[in-house]
Amino acid sequence: MSTSVSSPSASAALQGKDDRVKTRSVTSRLLSRPEIGSLIGAVAVFVLFCVVAPTFRTAPSLATVAYSASTIGIMAVAVALLMIGGEFDLSAGVVVTTSALAASTFAFQLRLNLWVGIVVALLLALAVGAFNGWLLMRTGLPSFLITLGTFFMLQGLNLGVTKLLTGGVSSDSVADMDGFSAAQAVFASTVQVGGVGVKITVFWWILFVAIATWTLLRTRVGNWIFAAGGDAAAARAVGVPVRRTKIGLFMAVGFCGWFVGMHQLFSFDSIQSGGGVGQEFIYIIAAVVGGCLLTGGYGSAIGSAIGALIFGMTSLGIVYAGWDANWFKLFLGVMLLLATIVNLVVKNQASKR
Amino acid sequence: MRIRSRKAAVIALAATAALTLGSCSSSGGREDTDTGGAAAGVADTPRIKIAMVTHAAPGDTFWDIVRSGAEAAAKKDNVDLNYQGAPEAADQANLVQSAIDAKADGIAVTMAKPDAMAPTVKAAVDAGIPVTVLNGGIDAWQATGAIGYFGSNETVAGEAVGTRLSTEGAKKVLCVIQEQGNVSLDARCAGVKNTFTGTTENIFVTGTDMPSVQQSITSKLQQDPAIDRVVALGAPYALTAVKAIADAGSQAKVGTFDTNEELVKAIQGGTVEWAVDQQPYLQGYLAVDALWLYKTNGNSIGGGQATLTGPAFIDSTNVDRVADFAAKGTR
Repeated sequence: MSTSVSSPSASAALQGKDDRVKTRSVTSRLLSRPEIGSLIGAVAVFVLFCVVAPTFRTAPSLATVAYSASTIGIMAVAVALLMIGGEFDLSAGVVVTTSALAASTFAFQLRLNLWVGIVVALLLALAVGAFNGWLLMRTGLPSFLITLGTFFMLQGLNLGVTKLLTGGVSSDSVADMDGFSAAQAVFASTVQVGGVGVKITVFWWILFVAIATWTLLRTRVGNWIFAAGGDAAAARAVGVPVRRTKIGLFMAVGFCGWFVGMHQLFSFDSIQSGGGVGQEFIYIIAAVVGGCLLTGGYGSAIGSAIGALIFGMTSLGIVYAGWDANWFKLFLGVMLLLATIVNLVVKNQASKR
Repeated sequence: MRIRSRKAAVIALAATAALTLGSCSSSGGREDTDTGGAAAGVADTPRIKIAMVTHAAPGDTFWDIVRSGAEAAAKKDNVDLNYQGAPEAADQANLVQSAIDAKADGIAVTMAKPDAMAPTVKAAVDAGIPVTVLNGGIDAWQATGAIGYFGSNETVAGEAVGTRLSTEGAKKVLCVIQEQGNVSLDARCAGVKNTFTGTTENIFVTGTDMPSVQQSITSKLQQDPAIDRVVALGAPYALTAVKAIADAGSQAKVGTFDTNEELVKAIQGGTVEWAVDQQPYLQGYLAVDALWLYKTNGNSIGGGQATLTGPAFIDSTNVDRVADFAAKGTR
């Protein structure tokens, strides 16, 4: 937990004030927020691409960047909460594909309304999260290992079940089934804002980040998350329901995975069963760039959004700048490292005060 | 807490069951289709074991079609087919080695990364096992002593696309590569560049993450409005390119390498112009059938030369002929 308590002796001389509390300047308090480093990094990346890439500055381009950030960010916000709670989820990328496949396959094979498939997929995604959390609390093994297991299991299931039912390796197109247009409106439509088409995922993303931030900073559950991630034993000793909190966090990752899965299904009509592999690291990177500690107990939901934004700006900014595609991954790596280093420097400066 | 959550689970299950029963879709969904593929009698030759080892990434629609072809040949030729795939060359070589150890009667293998695969393929030949090479490795297969090659030449296919684009009057082409560092994908785009009279630009996208594929293509089209053709190197990416073009408000048209059921529909609907078909079904079929012919009659298909299965164009003029087969997953 990151409360700002200074040593008692420092301000003991001040009379008439509580000697345990020292007031800090607004700048100092601002700089010690977990997301501030990433914010500066994001501004730097933004300015860079505004300078080198003329098209980057136009509204349609920014809408594309926001879309890119949102598909990463919706998952990153749940992954960030989980990391604050002290755990990893390596199955986060594949569960997206699992949900999308489950929804389309269930509805397609039984010829049902797509919304039934959507509900079944939600239950499945939540169950995967609950299983991860339950097994973690039951065995006490590192979440890294447990979710690595689920990662492989889901990957195999995605492929095996799809192959078994469709005879192919991608799900059948569901574009002509009942409920498609309504579901598409919810998960994958485009909203016109001042003449520019913005994907609806951007608005969902903002909503999810707002809910997560409110939960973290203003509710009892938020305190539980920080406490469970900071020191699970101590948290349990003071009455925090660590088991329930962590299982809940894994289920939140499942929920967001389901949401992104639905977006993919209703954007692309059919789903490649091998997809989603490798994405889990991008979600973790977004959360870490946004100020989450790998050790847990520290971080923010807004930070994960800024991390996703940095990732979106960098990956598409390189295209807008017209840089040689062969070097794409190198640019990406350098950008991410720079953003993380800026983050670290700012945080160190802030904690010195 | 425990009782409450159990009750919640029961309610959720019941609700799902109720929803399931009361909400059938009036359109779409699974249809009862015949199994597809070429069905014929079975050869009366003794049963032989053939291993097919490809560099397929799990879940790629293209390889599924290769496999259906191989399985159709296996069924006809009374062959016990063991299909394996591994994208990493070292893993693929290990799979070939295990087929040698298991004393397979024949091995069909892809050589997408020839330098890494050649020693193991040679080892199989030295062990007296006939080998056919399919899909990749057109420049390397003869040196290993394999009896035949069935595939297309990626550069030739790319050049055919370049020529077609030139006659269509295209000015600027975007070639979308979904896997960075893949030799055959690079060769396709390089082939396009060789013969296309306008400018060709490559872009790399992350093939495992469809939204990011769409976003990258959209941003490239926004950055460069002069692009009037997008060439995809796989059917799912072509369909995504169509959506990206709509997002970017671009006028570009889409052509692609390789097909699947959805893509054939897209050509029928006019959203995708054409597809270069290298006939993956035929590659799988011939690779197995050639081994059987060699075993039973000493024949070699191609007579020591590579047998090309492509490039052939599927466009509005001939798509209807292909559509039925594509629906069965064999084209």
